[in-house]
Amino acid sequence: MAFSRILQILCATAADSRPLPEKKPAAAPLGTGRPNVVACHDCDLLNRLPAGTGATLVCARCGAVLRKHRTNSIDRSLALALAALIFFIVSNSFPFLAMKSGGFIQETTLLTGVRELWEQELYGLSSLVLLTCVLVPLAQITGLLYILAPLKWAAGPAPHAVRVFRLVQEVAPWGMMEVFMLGILVALVKLGKMATIIPGISVFSFGVLIFVMAAAFSSLDPPLLWDRLDLRR
Amino acid sequence: MNKRPATARKLGLLSCHDCYLLVEAPPAHDHCRCPRCGAALHQRKPNSLHRTWALVCAAIILYIPANVLPITITSALGTRQADTILSGVIYFMKSGSWEIAAVIFIASVFVPFAKLVLLVFMLLSVHFRSAWRPRDRTALYRLTEMVGRWSMVDIYVVTILVALVKLGAVATIEAGPAAVYFAAVVVITMFAAESFDPRLIWDVIEEDI
Repeated sequence: MAFSRILQILCATAADSRPLPEKKPAAAPLGTGRPNVVACHDCDLLNRLPAGTGATLVCARCGAVLRKHRTNSIDRSLALALAALIFFIVSNSFPFLAMKSGGFIQETTLLTGVRELWEQELYGLSSLVLLTCVLVPLAQITGLLYILAPLKWAAGPAPHAVRVFRLVQEVAPWGMMEVFMLGILVALVKLGKMATIIPGISVFSFGVLIFVMAAAFSSLDPPLLWDRLDLRR
Repeated sequence: MNKRPATARKLGLLSCHDCYLLVEAPPAHDHCRCPRCGAALHQRKPNSLHRTWALVCAAIILYIPANVLPITITSALGTRQADTILSGVIYFMKSGSWEIAAVIFIASVFVPFAKLVLLVFMLLSVHFRSAWRPRDRTALYRLTEMVGRWSMVDIYVVTILVALVKLGAVATIEAGPAAVYFAAVVVITMFAAESFDPRLIWDVIEEDI
């Protein structure tokens, strides 16, 4: 990454010659629709964001990332979210892993483990796995599509799009597909010595899904979306 | 001349937790909502220190059974073998797959432990109004928030093993009681990291200037 692009931005400290107007809501549009002052979410310092730079902006005091420039954010995220939906469906409809040992073949899908844990009366554990590997990613993908598709093809945002976007952001830490993928690798090594493991279509599609999801979220531009979805419009 | 840095709190502004809009704080800002995204507005995360302490204490207690009790119970040809997290790590080390041993040790033993130590450290540093390296402590907080999820890997390994190894009398793997405690540790420490407000690190320093 080009660190030269990371720009330490000016902030309104006491030493700064450009103090912020006191008691004025800085969110009020200043020329353009996008506010140019934000409070750092990690240390609360007010940072002035220079307009129109393609740089990554970090907080002058604590170094938290405040803004990242995204190109074609809506189009790219929408395309990647559509791809993710397809891979999600494939991952959940085909065999995941099969184990061959002697005359036995045990074939599983993504949900077999969840069902097994449930049958062992480990309801909490089973729900946790279902939530983090299936329901949260599904909610993230469909949420993104619900928000982005109307922005791209319709005149205005979908009803309750703001609430959906807040939900998508809040559940994000609980989507753990990449951790599950690491779990698959560990399990494969663990079982590799006692049986033959046959990976199914699902595993490959799941692997791709992780990257597509990560790409969809990293091409997302939350400040732009909040601006487009603004409840006050 | 006031030398305190210009923070949103000092200027009576609230920053929305969800969309980062800056809003002028109304006189009683207990129940106000963000005009742009509708999220509840708070100056700081509510009861951050109390909540984080409570969750950290709960996680420390659950960390013990998570490591002492068996996480998987393997039945193969009439014998039953209970494995704890650490005995699994030792098994992998002895059988030569030290990479896997390292992955499990880091994700299941080291990360939850380090996370709890770091959270306690950050809570104490705010409690004692420490002015020591606030920037580094904030970076530590971001790290704590980021790595916690990887501890779930052991839970997923158990889930996959339970699903795959079902060969009747030949071999079966069941989830042991530690799996539940361990999952609880991961979930609770994630909530703990989320409820800690790193801005408190800076608040106490500003108040002491």
